Amino acid sequence: MRNLLIFLMACAALIALPHGLSFSQQEILVFLTINILLVSSYRLLTLTGEWSLGHVVIMGVGAYASALFTKEWGVYVPFGILMGGITAALLAVALSFPLFRMKGFYFLIGSFAAGEIIRLLWKRFRDPFGGPKGIKGIDPMPDFSIGIYDFDFFEPVSYYYLSGAVVALCLWVLWRIERSPVGLTFHAVHWQDKLAEASGVNLRAYRTLAFAIASGFAGISGALLAHYVGTINPNSFDVEVMVFVLTWAIVGGTGTFYGPILGCVVLTILNEIVLREMGFEQMRPLIYGAIMILSILFMPKGLESVVQRLFSRRVPEGAKGQEAKT
Amino acid sequence: MTTFLEVDKLTMRFGGLTAVDGLSFKVEHGEIHGLIGPNGAGKTTTFNMISGFYKPTEGQVRLRGEDISGLKMHEVARRGVVRTFQHSTLFAELTVMQNALVGTHMPFRPNIFAAIVGWDREDRRGAEARAGEALEFFGLDHLKSDLAGDLSHGHQRALGMAVAYASHPDVMLLDEPFTGMNPEETRQMMDLMRKLRDDGITILIVEHDMQAIMGLCDTITCMSFGKFLAEGGPEEIRKHPAVIEAYLGGARHVA
Repeated sequence: MRNLLIFLMACAALIALPHGLSFSQQEILVFLTINILLVSSYRLLTLTGEWSLGHVVIMGVGAYASALFTKEWGVYVPFGILMGGITAALLAVALSFPLFRMKGFYFLIGSFAAGEIIRLLWKRFRDPFGGPKGIKGIDPMPDFSIGIYDFDFFEPVSYYYLSGAVVALCLWVLWRIERSPVGLTFHAVHWQDKLAEASGVNLRAYRTLAFAIASGFAGISGALLAHYVGTINPNSFDVEVMVFVLTWAIVGGTGTFYGPILGCVVLTILNEIVLREMGFEQMRPLIYGAIMILSILFMPKGLESVVQRLFSRRVPEGAKGQEAKT
Repeated sequence: MTTFLEVDKLTMRFGGLTAVDGLSFKVEHGEIHGLIGPNGAGKTTTFNMISGFYKPTEGQVRLRGEDISGLKMHEVARRGVVRTFQHSTLFAELTVMQNALVGTHMPFRPNIFAAIVGWDREDRRGAEARAGEALEFFGLDHLKSDLAGDLSHGHQRALGMAVAYASHPDVMLLDEPFTGMNPEETRQMMDLMRKLRDDGITILIVEHDMQAIMGLCDTITCMSFGKFLAEGGPEEIRKHPAVIEAYLGGARHVA
């Protein structure tokens, strides 16, 4: 009952949130919801212990796919977004054949190389990818009305509601996966792959599964981005963006579900609002890098460890055992 | 009738070193079979080949007549041959219960779509029941919510076996299960293994603790420098001149 109340209040706060913000801040809010999905999908991949440098390019695959499906074949935009995600997931399955011959650092480098190849293909082939200039004039979401609210997708507030709903649904699915026996198996693959294999776990299949799911949701986030911005090009998905994703995940911490989300929210607010207000225009990437290094040095378990400490103090002794059991 | 588990002329070469050289032996269903030998005799290598961790250079491992050599470890496991590891190879970051739940992976295959929608309640309950059963069998049920990495050494060894047992194996390959156990724990563990055998699980065991091996095994295979040396019951092996020579050195070396 209490949880339900908190949930409803959080929903109300999230619905009311954009109305207190300026137009540019509303736009940032849209990007923030999309980035939350991106970084959460990245965490699913890190559950199996593999860190990829190609995740943002995979997001771009979703964006390009959805843009092309809607533009060239006239697919209805919401289906285009879904198909963008599916395309990204299928591509991940194909990429898994060369990439999962490697582990750890080698996988990291391999995923970076694979991502760059995809990006160069976008640049090289003007038809259908539009070359270095990318794709312009991507169909926006068609406007619609649900009676109490008219969605007008040139307004960031409307798009925020749409992307917020889509992201919330995706996060729920990711959460269910993590809490299921499948999620436990991902953990097992990470911590002791030999013992997991001896228990009958098909390592390749589970690594591929995690990679495909993570890529699918990254593709959906990319498609959401494409239909909001209306134009995409190969440089929107370069390694610089990947560094942002890594920073969110590392500063937030990947031990819990909310860690990367927390990192994404805190750093976006810091970057876009605090630093911008203080007038550090050119120096922002520098400060971003400094934050990452400082957090690795002084907060190796990320922001989530701070939250855990705050909460564990408040939880009475009796409830602690309960928590461990679930 | 085909032999239950048969190792046939198994050979493993690492470059120029022949770790196991044409080893053959048979394991009957429902017995505890020991594999002994001095250090470096190739016991663990043999284990790794049976369990699919290594692909043998030559020779075959046959389970109920089917050649399982060269299969991947999870494929061997799915045919009912489950191994434990030397040292304490566990999911140290997960709880004891979660460790056992990973062990139930084979009888209760996770299904991702059912998991998202929530149609796998039965399976989850079944897996938990089975994991609880395995923990209870090895006397770990009071430690369910502890982290596996925090357990004492003896408990960690027991948990390693509980993870294997949770998967309903036909054959358990135990790699030095008594290492680091005190005599009391060893005795308890031996009782548990006899119980496993009486449940119809065949056990193949590699061990250095001679007292445990002699007291436990129905048949013992002794190997030395990768080769078959002798086979028989505990009494036979104890008195076998070749075995004594392998362990203590031949009489000709004694000045």
